[in-house]
Amino acid sequence: MPAQEVAQGWARTGVTVRDAGPDDAVCGVSPRWVALPETVEEVSAVLRVCAEHDLAVVPAGGGTKLHWGPAPERCDVLLDMCCLNEIVEHAAGDLVVRVQAGVTMEALSAALADKGQELALDLPFAEGTTVGGTLAAAVAGPRAFRYGTARDLLIGITVVLADGTVAKSGGKVVKNVAGYDLGKLFTGSFGTLGVIAEAAFRLHPLPADRRWIVAVVDPPDVSGTDPCRAEELAAMLAAAQEEPSAAELDWPHGQGPIWLTVLVEGTAADERARALAGRMGADVVKDIRDEPPPQWGLILDDDVLAEVRFDPSRLTRVLDAVHYSGFSLRGSAVSGRVWLELWGDPGEEKVTEAVTALRGRLDAAGARMTVLATPYEGVQRWGPVGSLPLMRRVKQRFDPGRRMSPGRFVGGI
Amino acid sequence: MLDTLTEALRDVLPADSVISDPVRLRTYECDGLTYHRATPGVVVLVETAEQVARVVRLCNDFAVPFVARGSGTGLSGGALPREDGVLIVTSRMRRILEVDLPNRRAVVEPGVTNLAITQAVREQGYYYAPDPSSQQICSIGGNVAENSGGAHCLKYGFTVNHVEACEIVTPDGDLVTLDRMDPGYDLLGAFVGSEGTLGIATKVTVRLSRAPEAVTTVLAAFESIEQGGRAVSAIIGAGIVPAAIEMMDALSIEAAEAAVACAYPAGAGAVLIVELDGPAAEVERQFARLEEICSGAFELRVAADPEERAAIWKGRKSAFAAVGRISPAYIVQDGVVPRTSLPRVLAEIDRLSAEYGIKVANVFHAGDGNLHPLVLFDDAEPGAGERAEAVSGAILDLCIEHGGSITGEHGVGVDKAKYMPRMFSEEDLDTMQLVRCAFDPRGLSNPGKVFPTPRLCGEVPGVRKGVHPLVESGRAEQF
Repeated sequence: MPAQEVAQGWARTGVTVRDAGPDDAVCGVSPRWVALPETVEEVSAVLRVCAEHDLAVVPAGGGTKLHWGPAPERCDVLLDMCCLNEIVEHAAGDLVVRVQAGVTMEALSAALADKGQELALDLPFAEGTTVGGTLAAAVAGPRAFRYGTARDLLIGITVVLADGTVAKSGGKVVKNVAGYDLGKLFTGSFGTLGVIAEAAFRLHPLPADRRWIVAVVDPPDVSGTDPCRAEELAAMLAAAQEEPSAAELDWPHGQGPIWLTVLVEGTAADERARALAGRMGADVVKDIRDEPPPQWGLILDDDVLAEVRFDPSRLTRVLDAVHYSGFSLRGSAVSGRVWLELWGDPGEEKVTEAVTALRGRLDAAGARMTVLATPYEGVQRWGPVGSLPLMRRVKQRFDPGRRMSPGRFVGGI
Repeated sequence: MLDTLTEALRDVLPADSVISDPVRLRTYECDGLTYHRATPGVVVLVETAEQVARVVRLCNDFAVPFVARGSGTGLSGGALPREDGVLIVTSRMRRILEVDLPNRRAVVEPGVTNLAITQAVREQGYYYAPDPSSQQICSIGGNVAENSGGAHCLKYGFTVNHVEACEIVTPDGDLVTLDRMDPGYDLLGAFVGSEGTLGIATKVTVRLSRAPEAVTTVLAAFESIEQGGRAVSAIIGAGIVPAAIEMMDALSIEAAEAAVACAYPAGAGAVLIVELDGPAAEVERQFARLEEICSGAFELRVAADPEERAAIWKGRKSAFAAVGRISPAYIVQDGVVPRTSLPRVLAEIDRLSAEYGIKVANVFHAGDGNLHPLVLFDDAEPGAGERAEAVSGAILDLCIEHGGSITGEHGVGVDKAKYMPRMFSEEDLDTMQLVRCAFDPRGLSNPGKVFPTPRLCGEVPGVRKGVHPLVESGRAEQF
């Protein structure tokens, strides 16, 4: 591409565009430019220049998950959304907030907490994540069991398409069924359909109180029962009328005892937590605390990271499959969604081998494994997806020139 | 064309599944919104997903549009048939295929009624949360198409939050499963609420919810709607998320009283129904707080058991039908405003009502700003219907002005397609069309609904390449 013409294009937009450096690479693919738009209109202007010159774009927020997914087929422009960092409107009386995509989740939480409210999404990283990145990656945290995931709390979205079109759907009211819900489509789309520029969320009042019940159970084959204790407890917790918000497993290296931490929040949290702990059993409950355990809900190591989804009634089989695999398991026993982390990098061959073996065992257990992050392109990331042909058609309509994060998503979308 | 298609349908479906008798066809000429009517070209009563797929593929072969219909209770004309098309009725597909309590879900066919799911699991202490007021009759397939809500969606969300997977027949006639657990785009999220324009659900996996330990329903009577509104604000401000907060004004109370003798406190300018549910300890404390908040009410009734609860809900649930007692004709409107705008919007509705000489009874989901104004008129009076429509439309404009929506739960259908451009820009609507074109490039699946004038797929705005065959044959409009 004639760089001079592109440079003139940037100049016309008035957007700050700098030459990319080695730190700007996405999975090893270096962009040529980094664009820093400050408004939705500027995002649109940048994308129009990209369309004119057939430049491929990878949108980025805080960059905490930018190394997830396959490398882009090409990347000319890194679209850094950090300057769209305004909380547009917090209508506390309506329990609704409208924010630009570059607002960090910490900044948002702090602003909402001032009014006694929260966006009930748990974040896998303690700092740096943005609203846009949180939506684009749509990672589920512990409390998804009670509040749902990002798509359930998103009520409106403004996106910019590859040709610069600015479009919105939904709005700033919770109850709204007018038109298609583009927000759902863009949530979890990893930047492959367009750029998320602004979002509106439904909020919740901050819980009056919180308690964490910390328990330890044996892994499946030690106790020799089927279903294992963790599964029995998960079934009880999921049906409990004390209504816990989360029940998280933590199983370092997939061996030894399994930590099970239950969150109870809201009015009368202490009373309800004590009742629940009583039903869990004194042999497993170690503590009831009013602070979260260390690293609650966080991803600790995402060099090699997989997500496993399963019916909660298959928990014993999933634990069996992970046992002695070397992967650490963290995640929800009640939602049937856990992360597997490989701590320390044993090298490409071993990672590929370990992932392949584990996927085989998890498939047999009726679970589905998706590799979210790995430095090795040879690792099979996704299992079969029945609706892939429809997904390709959606991609083709939204981004016919394949300029938006090409190749970053399922099936090479 | 339709005759040949009808023959072909008879070849692939059981004999009693294809209706072409003009008298029987008229049974299906409208859904719950009776002032839009069209006699379907042909009706098929399907029993399996394979049959749906076969019918849709035949429609493709003949380039004939099709419309899916469940129980026909929709209030926006979403299941309005096409005279030149096939109406695919799913009401024979009413088997509950699986109830899986350990994983809290049920797999059902689309014709299963909303309430039937709850009835199947109630004894085990579970229920299906979305509860549209037609839940005794309305089908899950229709709920999925419309993303139905209900009185309790304030706390528990809508159909889309309670559907885990759908097997669908795509507008091409392929059988595909959209599963929330699949990696990739959230096609399920896009499908739910697409009003039959992206395909037909043939199997739905719903999430079951555990029944709450305690439920307390409170009826608070206020002298004015403003006082009631202040109580609602105070409840939200106190950090309480009730399962439901409903409000009725004096006129709708009068109607409910005439219809079902609900015995709401006499002289009330507004009644508020607040339902708290959850763990007993939580409900107990929230109720104490609620009593303080409602101290301005001149009467407070508390229901502690199901009968008393039913008594409180009776007036509210009958409100739509009840206005028939006080008015010969009426329009049920459905619009949304940010909750905090309610007082201003209600005052504006009063002003409109006075200006046009048309009475408006207000029933609404106060917790989420979803208004259901009942616009009353006498259809025997010349011009009254037009004035009522003008008021009804002006209320939607108010909703848009205040940053709300033209529909909170009834859907756009044919009824509100013309309002879409007031709420959304051309770019917004064109972008939504991209989804439509990905699923339904030929525009055969429930055409004419949701969007005012669909742009044909494959057409670039402003570029004309001769007349499209669909336009030529009068089946589509181009702009």
